[in-house]
Parts: sequence; structure tokens; C-alpha cells
Amino acid sequence: MTLNISMKLQIRNINKKFNNNGHSIEALDNINMEISYGEFVCLVGPSGCGKSTLLNIIAGLSTPSQGRIIKQGQPGFMFQEPTLFPWLKVKDNVAFGLKNLHQEKTAIKEKVDHYLKMVHLSGFENAYPHELSGGMKQRTALARTLILDPPILLMDEPFAALDAQTREIMYTELQEIWRITKKTIVFVTHNVREAVCLGDRVLVFTARPGRIKKEFFINLPRPRDLGNLEVIKISNAIHEELKEEVEKFRQEMETHEKN
Amino acid sequence: MKKIKLAIKIIIFLLLLFGLWYGLYYFKIWPAWLFPSPQQVWKTLLKGLANKTLIIGILISLKRIFIGFGSALLIGTILGFLIARIQILKETLGILLLGLQTLPSICWLPLALLWFGLNEKAIVFVVIIGAIFSITLSVQAAVLNVPIIYLQAGKILGAKKFTLYRRVVLPAIMPSYLTGIKQGWSFAWRSLMSGEMLFITVGLGQLLMFGRELNDMSQVLAVMLVIIFIGVFFDQLVFGFIDRQLKRRWGL
Ligand SMILES: Nc1ncnc2c1ncn2[C@@H]1O[C@H](COP(=O)(O)OP(=O)(O)OP(=O)(O)O)[C@@H](O)[C@H]1O
Ligand SMILES: [Mg+2]
Repeated sequence: MTLNISMKLQIRNINKKFNNNGHSIEALDNINMEISYGEFVCLVGPSGCGKSTLLNIIAGLSTPSQGRIIKQGQPGFMFQEPTLFPWLKVKDNVAFGLKNLHQEKTAIKEKVDHYLKMVHLSGFENAYPHELSGGMKQRTALARTLILDPPILLMDEPFAALDAQTREIMYTELQEIWRITKKTIVFVTHNVREAVCLGDRVLVFTARPGRIKKEFFINLPRPRDLGNLEVIKISNAIHEELKEEVEKFRQEMETHEKN
Repeated sequence: MKKIKLAIKIIIFLLLLFGLWYGLYYFKIWPAWLFPSPQQVWKTLLKGLANKTLIIGILISLKRIFIGFGSALLIGTILGFLIARIQILKETLGILLLGLQTLPSICWLPLALLWFGLNEKAIVFVVIIGAIFSITLSVQAAVLNVPIIYLQAGKILGAKKFTLYRRVVLPAIMPSYLTGIKQGWSFAWRSLMSGEMLFITVGLGQLLMFGRELNDMSQVLAVMLVIIFIGVFFDQLVFGFIDRQLKRRWGL
């Protein structure tokens, strides 16, 4: 897909209210962002602050109560929960989107091979999802998303369920894939160091209703890893910001329990 | 290896069972016309197959169950999808079906006889009724239980509307659907047998009743064995096989 470079992914005055049995819950409060194409942006914030809600809105899976999204093309989405289709083999999971476009069989097969190779899963095309490890599942999900060549990639805590070692491997692979494919990535995580390691920019959200509290630009050379001293230093600064919000979230939970 | 061991156990058990049967016959605990020997039943079975009465009975019963069950499968599946998706149908038809499901399907026979007369339609109707509730309700529940996350993933990957149903919802409901189908089949088979016995038309149920009228216990037992055999064949081999394949794929 060719893009007009000057175009940006724009998130304008987004508000989202949910209706929970008559209770109105404000999940997002006036979110504004501009994300350049090719940029890697990470969102961090306490649990329940509306990160998934925002990604759903950007993806078009949910409509905002107010505001609008300006984007090119259908974004790809890697969900917080595992969503490989258990009835399809790895290769058919990856081919799912292309089959909806009614592409030619040989063309599909070629692309599936290419993307499975990119996520280092060649040789597993005939496995079923339950036969894969957690990391392999997420890499399959990544290939399934990338194969449609979406200009924007939304990732909702894609590595949260993985062990620390596998996760570090995934950081390296994701940075490499991002370098090659030049995707715009919006990446949600709870893990501040993960955010600093991956992002060009890290946005810190407030506790619910989610607002953008602070923005950090990460001007460090790539590829980065978690042990990098600069990464640790910036992470600590962001942690300070976040601690306040997590504390707010905790207090809210406590008053909630008392009532 | 495990399978062979299981097969050997089953064969030994069946041999013991036949031994017991033969023993009871041999010691004349009951008169022979009430309690025939395995050989007599076997002979009746062979005779029935040779003079084709049994074969015709089997074929006719199978034809009825295929037509009845097939129609129930088609109608029940469509109905299940509609009820799951259309709120007003859920609140009306869905609740009605839950009520009707409690009525044993053979109770529909008098109604069917009045509506359709003494013919094939009446008995197929009872078979359809026997299967349709399990199928409809299982489809309905399964469609409502498809994890939203699969639907969202499907949409993001470009499966819209009908494609979403065909490529995501339908495969996602397969495990519960299969359970409903299996249950529907066994209800249909029972309804058919009761129907054929009450309504005395050619078929396995009728052969069973003829055995009774002729005081021919070995015919009764022979036909019962055939009915058991067909039941086990479909339940264990056909549906059991599909079920195991599916579970293996899904990793259940
Ligand atoms: N479909 C919904 N109906 C009602 N309320 C919802 C719905 N989805 C989310 N919410 C509420 O909106 C708020 C934000 O939820 P969201 O899932 O976006 O949080 P999150 O930041 O992704 O949290 P986490 O980090 O735990 O994943 C929560 O308070 C949640 O209860
Ligand atoms: Mg979330």
C-alpha cells in the first residue's frame, strides 16, 4: 500500500462512555494524538484506563461516543487474548485474511511461506494452534496480521502471557520486522521497560477516565534491549509518573469495595 | 497397542455374556420359547437376511431416519441461527421450543396421523420432531457462546457478514453442534422405533411387533440385536469418529 507520507494517523477528541446496567462509565476522556506513518508508539497506563478501548476504536471495532479517527486502510490487530482459530492449521490461520480477498491459491501459498519465514515458523505450517507454544502462537498471530500488509498495526499487550526469555526474543524480532516493513505501530503494554525498549514515543495514560498524562520521546539507537542503561533510566522516570496513577486506581478499587 | 487390548477385553466380555446366555438356556431356567438359545436367534437372524424381510426392514428404517434426521438437521440448523440472531425470535420461538422439547416425540404421533393420515409422512414427521429440538437449541446456544474475540479477529481480517458466518461462526460452533447432532440422532432413532411399533408399518419396529404376535421370541431378540447394532454403529463409529477427529484438531 502506498502512503502519502505527510498523512498521519489522527485521533481527535475521542471520548468513550460505556453503559453498565444504567451506570455510565467514562472510559476515555478527550484523547488527542497524531502518529506519523512508520512511527512506533507505546501506550502505558494502569489497568482499566481504556487502552484496549482506544485500540478497538482505532481498529473500527467500537465506535467512540465523541470524536473521530482519521486513518488510511484497515489497521491490523493483535489482541490481548489469543485469537488464533483453533479449527485451522497454522498456514490456514495465516492465510485467513487473503482468502477473504479471493486471491489466487499459489499466490496465497507463496505469501504464507514468506510470512511464516519472517516470524521463524517455517516447518510448522501444518500444526494446529494447540500444538504451539505461547510464543509460537503470538508469532503466528503476527504473521496472520502482517500478511494483509496493513499500514497500521495495533498491538494490545501481545506478549503479556509469555515468559521473560521468550518475550525478549520477541522484542528483537518485532524491532527487526518493524525495520523491514516500516509499519506504523501502536503498542499497548503494562511493562514500562518493554515500552521504552520498543517505542519511538511512550504515552502515559491517567487512571480511568483515560487521558494522556505525559509524553516521552525515546531517542535511543536500535536495536535496543531491556538491559540497556539508558532504557532503564528512562523507564524509571516513566515509572514515577505511572506510580501516581496506579495508586489512584488502587484507591478507587478500595472505595469501590467498601461501597 | 492400547486399542488392541481394549478390543480383546470387549471380545472376552461378549463371549462371557453369550456363555451366560447359553448357560441360562441350557439349564432350562425359563421355557425355551420364552428364552431361546443364541444359536436359535442367530438362525432367525440368518433366515431373516436370506428371505430379505430383515433386509427390507433395515433399509426402510434407515431410509426414514436419513430423510427425517436430514430434514431436522437442515431446518434445525437454520432455525438455531435465526433464533440466536433475532431477539424477537429468541423471546418467542426459543421459549416455545424449550417447552416443546420436554414432550416425548412419540406423543406427536396421534397428531401426525390426523394431519398426514396413515402414511410415510406421519412417521417421518415424528422423526423430525424427535431430532429437531436438540439440534436447534444446541445451535442457538453455541452461536451465542462464540467468543466475541473470534468475531472481532474475523472482522479485522476482512470476513464480513455471510463470510463471517461461514468461516468463523460455523466452525467455531462445531464442538457443541456435534453434541447436539449426536443427541438429535439418538432421539430420532428412538422416535422412529416407537413410531414403527405403534403404527405398524414395514420397518424394524414392525418386525419386532410381529415377533411378539407370533410368539416368536427369537425373532424379537434378533431384531433387538439389529437395532442395537445400528444404534452403536452410528453413535460410536460415525459420530464418535467425527467427534474424536474434531477434538484432536482443537486439542480438547
Ligand atoms: N464492553 C464494555 N462494556 C462496559 N464497560 C466496558 C466495556 N469495555 C471496557 N469497559 C470498561 O472500560 C474501562 C476501560 O477498559 P479497557 O479494557 O479499555 O482497559 P485497559 O486499559 O485495556 O485495561 P487492561 O490494562 O487491564 O487491559 C474499564 O473500566 C472497563 O470496565
Ligand atoms: Mg486491555
